[in-house]
Amino acid sequence: MNSSRRQVLQGTTGMAVMGMAAAAGLFKPGSAWAQAWNKAAFDTKTMADTVKAMGGSGASESKDIVINSPDIAENGAVVPFTISSKLPKTQQIALLVEKNPNSLVASFTIPEGTEAGVTTRAKMGQTSNVIALVKADGKFYYVSKEVKVTLGGCGG
Amino acid sequence: MADPMKIRAAMSGDKVEVKILMSHEMETGQRKDAKGAAIPAHFIQTVTATHNGKVVLSAEWGPAVSKNPFLAFKFGGGKPGEKVSVTWVDNKGDKRTDEATIS
Repeated sequence: MNSSRRQVLQGTTGMAVMGMAAAAGLFKPGSAWAQAWNKAAFDTKTMADTVKAMGGSGASESKDIVINSPDIAENGAVVPFTISSKLPKTQQIALLVEKNPNSLVASFTIPEGTEAGVTTRAKMGQTSNVIALVKADGKFYYVSKEVKVTLGGCGG
Repeated sequence: MADPMKIRAAMSGDKVEVKILMSHEMETGQRKDAKGAAIPAHFIQTVTATHNGKVVLSAEWGPAVSKNPFLAFKFGGGKPGEKVSVTWVDNKGDKRTDEATIS
């Protein structure tokens, strides 16, 4: 994880964004989009910006959210996460990895009747704080933990 | 067209536990090939799971979700024999829908 590698990653971000914009232009109006993809949220680099992009103003820490993941991930390309929330009226669960090129990994919308817990797997470029962000009853809450990565998940 | 998803839906107490394994390269757009050219991003952006026409989970994903994504969740109100349907759409507009019967 030396500094030149970081620069290479940052240099490609702009191109990737352009690629996505070009791909987005191919879609016909009213086509397969069952729901809009919140591009602004996925472009953010910090949790505060992610919360803003999701329409909130700030998040408070909560012990009612649990991140279940390994403390040390041997392979950063596949890090399993289970996030569950005991907060009443949990509407949304999002997973953020602070030091990834873009912090937001995934966002889940939990309708009524569905348990407020999801399991998925994420890529982590390096050792980083992982944040579970939960929107419950219109407010944002979070909890974070550090996951150490011994082998990065971004390189080829 | 991408390979089919593997979907398991099984009763777990009074809830239905759904486990989905999708087949997708989930290319981030950050990597470069052997010649130094950037590999374009190609990843699943939205996932929607429905049961009896009602959405039981929807997700928005970024490129940081692992290759061949796995997703598990539980919802209430399902019965054995009913179907759960899952659809994903990626950033190139490809999409795939698969169904599983609750056991």
